[in-house]
Amino acid sequence: MKGTNLGEFEEVVLLTIAALTDEAYSVAICDEIDRVTERKVKLGVVHAVLNRLEKKGFVRSELGEATKERGGRRKRFFIVTHAGKVALTKVKAQRDELWSLIPDFNLKIA
Amino acid sequence: MKPSTGHTPPKWANRLLEWYCRPELLEDLQGDLHEYFDRNLASKGPKRARINFVMDVLKFMRPYTIRKLEILNNLTTIVMFKNYFKTSLRSIARNKLFSAINIIGLAVSMSVCLLAISFLVEIDSYDRFHEDADQIYRVKNSYQFLQEDPSYFASTSILAGKLIQEQVPGIKASVIMHRGFSGDAKMGDYIVPVSGIHTTEDFFEVFSFELLRGNPETALSEPHSIVLTDETAEKLFKGQDPMGQTFQVGNEETPYQVTGVMKKPPHHSHLRFQSLVSFATYEEKRKENPEETYWISWSNMWANYVYMKLEDGTSQEDIEARLVPINDKQNEKSDRVTINTSLQPMLAIVAGENLSNQIGMSMGPEGTWIIVILTSIVILSAGFNYTNLSIARSLRRAKEVGVRKVVGATRGQVFTQFIIEATIISLIALVFAYLLFFLIKPEFLNLDPDIQQMLLLENSPKVFLFFILFAVLVGFLAGFFPATFLSKLRAVSVLKDASNTKLFSKVNMRKVLIVTQFTLSLIFIISASIELKQYKYALAFDLGYDTENVLNIWLQGNDIDQMANAFASVPEVSQISRSAMITSVGNRYSETIKYEDPTDSTDLTYNFIDEHYLPLMGNRFLAGSNFESRQLQEREESIIVNEQVLKRFNIGTPQEALGKYVQVGRDSQGPRKLRIIGVVEDFQYATIQESIESFGFRYAPDRLEMLNLKIATTDVMATMEKLETAWNGLDQVHPFEATFYDEEIQRTYAEHSILFTIVGFLAFLTISIAALGLLGMGVYTAETRLKEISIRKVLGASEGSLVTLLARGFMWLLIISAAIAVPAAYFLFDSVILADAVNKANIGFIELFAGVIIIFAIGFLTIGTQTWKAAKSNPAQTLRSE
Repeated sequence: MKGTNLGEFEEVVLLTIAALTDEAYSVAICDEIDRVTERKVKLGVVHAVLNRLEKKGFVRSELGEATKERGGRRKRFFIVTHAGKVALTKVKAQRDELWSLIPDFNLKIA
Repeated sequence: MKPSTGHTPPKWANRLLEWYCRPELLEDLQGDLHEYFDRNLASKGPKRARINFVMDVLKFMRPYTIRKLEILNNLTTIVMFKNYFKTSLRSIARNKLFSAINIIGLAVSMSVCLLAISFLVEIDSYDRFHEDADQIYRVKNSYQFLQEDPSYFASTSILAGKLIQEQVPGIKASVIMHRGFSGDAKMGDYIVPVSGIHTTEDFFEVFSFELLRGNPETALSEPHSIVLTDETAEKLFKGQDPMGQTFQVGNEETPYQVTGVMKKPPHHSHLRFQSLVSFATYEEKRKENPEETYWISWSNMWANYVYMKLEDGTSQEDIEARLVPINDKQNEKSDRVTINTSLQPMLAIVAGENLSNQIGMSMGPEGTWIIVILTSIVILSAGFNYTNLSIARSLRRAKEVGVRKVVGATRGQVFTQFIIEATIISLIALVFAYLLFFLIKPEFLNLDPDIQQMLLLENSPKVFLFFILFAVLVGFLAGFFPATFLSKLRAVSVLKDASNTKLFSKVNMRKVLIVTQFTLSLIFIISASIELKQYKYALAFDLGYDTENVLNIWLQGNDIDQMANAFASVPEVSQISRSAMITSVGNRYSETIKYEDPTDSTDLTYNFIDEHYLPLMGNRFLAGSNFESRQLQEREESIIVNEQVLKRFNIGTPQEALGKYVQVGRDSQGPRKLRIIGVVEDFQYATIQESIESFGFRYAPDRLEMLNLKIATTDVMATMEKLETAWNGLDQVHPFEATFYDEEIQRTYAEHSILFTIVGFLAFLTISIAALGLLGMGVYTAETRLKEISIRKVLGASEGSLVTLLARGFMWLLIISAAIAVPAAYFLFDSVILADAVNKANIGFIELFAGVIIIFAIGFLTIGTQTWKAAKSNPAQTLRSE
């Protein structure tokens, strides 16, 4: 098993999945990242990351219902697993701790 | 994808994706790409969308999306082959009885199939040696009188050949042939009979027969040119150079000149001949009498043949379309008869449709079908054995499958293993079958002289390859069901408790297989006995005259009086008569007959005889008397008719009919009026399948071509020798040809006896195979139920009741088989095969049920012995060994 570290982009994707709750499938995830971070993300990159996250056990996936769209192909919906949640919380805790250590919080964006 | 826009991603890219992508990732990835495609379609247009789609498909080729290389899997299979092979051999060796049953059954039935395969290969090879054989066609004719059903002929008219040569484009070369060249070739005192075909000069362009000497373009252009086969040339000229030699034929004045020597037509040619004579010869002879033009008419379509080679790119339909206007134009001239020409591919001549007036070899399609169907049934029966026994035994193999699966075998691998086992069995069987094949081959060829002429059944590498392919196929098919079934087993359930799996759910299927096997065997055996009865019936049939000890001799052109005198000097010959042909064997001459009403006519079948014929044959007169001896060259004036003629024309009683005149055809002086001088009792002049119609005996001393000798002797061989000596005294050229009437009749109904032999043999095979299968099942049942039997015995069951218990199930299957087979066979013969025969032996109780009894006896014997053995076993021992 690869390390349980979350890469920066992995974290973004994982957070997006969590944010999208029931609607988290590859294309929607791309769009959402696009909207929030204003980065142009390629499906290929996201797909690879999703695959990696699943391997690491942070997400699991299941196929949805077949629809007329997408040439009749089903969507694969992603759900954050317990391990994923733990990882996310851990990252957040680390960040919070670091934030709290900054003595005089003075990072106003000029 | 929105169907309304009609734009779809490129198919090939889609397929590429499907090919490389892992199945578990494929669906949603494909969906994603489709979704993007639709978006791009809306924003950037179809072209861009398609490009993007392709790019995406290519970009997604990454390590994690590409499926694992399957070669790796295949590699294991190859490595495992050795293992499969080894386990298969072990399993075959361990179950000696089952293996033996399977191998014997398969070997026996395969030997018949090998015969069928070499038969089919040989039939298919006919006429293929010609260059572009598939471009060679023959003109065939249909002949329709008024609105009657048309009949079909391999022959056509010379006119049709000429019109085609003049008017139809797209033909590379064509040839018109006329058969019936024959006579004695005379070179001084040396005489050899020759025969051949008249043919136009393009013969060697259409066909690829090998011309050894002479110019292929001119050899057949001049009248009285003859091309001999090397064999005939050797017979005629014995080592001399035949080219340019001349000889006379029969009584013709102009000699024939040898303009070429060709190789004898190969065995696989439907056309076989001794010589080719230029068509110009025939034309010249015909043109001697310029007023007679029937030979070149549209309706003279009885002895001429037209073959053609089409140009590349021309099809049969093209030519046939061109034939339609020719047919229509010619048929306008006749108000009663419609004759249509069409084409038949040369490769379809030998085993193709049944046509009358064939030239050379042909056998019609039925033979092929009968052989294919019968042999399939036999091999099916043996295949059933394998399937059946394998399934029955699968209980024992189930554990093995379980272990294999636990160790990691996939379903496909288990399947392969069992298929390989079946194939090994079938290949071993092939070895035995091949030996048996050599035993039955000569038997088959000797069944009938026609078969011998037609077939050689030689072994070629091609045939051998087919044999092996066939064995593999049989193995695959026989092993398919057990293999599927065994590979489906789940490791967990098998290992936990083998008896718990649904092994016995296949019991019904096994029963169906057994019933099918026995039904087929029964139909075979019943068919054989019915055929035998028909044959015996035909031979014993009372024809209405006496054929016993009558020897028929073809004169072959010799003077009839001289011959008759020569034979009369042999003391064993008690009577001699003369006739034009012999009746009751399928030949017939016929002409129209009319009585007083000129519009009312029917066909009269007739025979020319002399005054000794009727007394010799013992035909019974109802009224009037025999012909009186008269000299030649008188006009024919009297006739002896059968009762049917009187009935047909209401002439009254036989007595009243005497002295009445009937008109039979015409001669050069107008309608031929014949006076009825005698009436004979109806007799079976045609084969017994046909009904008796009008028949007449006519008196024409110049039309007699054979002698009928009544022989009174105890030593047939010596008498025949004397007769042959007498013949040789007058004719050294032609060999003595004589047949007893009864033999002639036997030959006529030979098809019954051949069918009986074949079907009887197959019946024997299927029964043996089915019995073997039953034996296997019996052994298996007795083994598996041994414990049950022992317990029953301990509790007091008698041995008899145990046998009944075990055998009952099988006997039921046999009863069901009989219930299906007996009506089926009866129907088959009563309503299909013998439906049209006028005289036929009734299908009796014995024919129908003798087979059933035999099968029951065999079945009871096989099952009975096994169950008896099981019932006799000591329960203490079987139960203790647990």
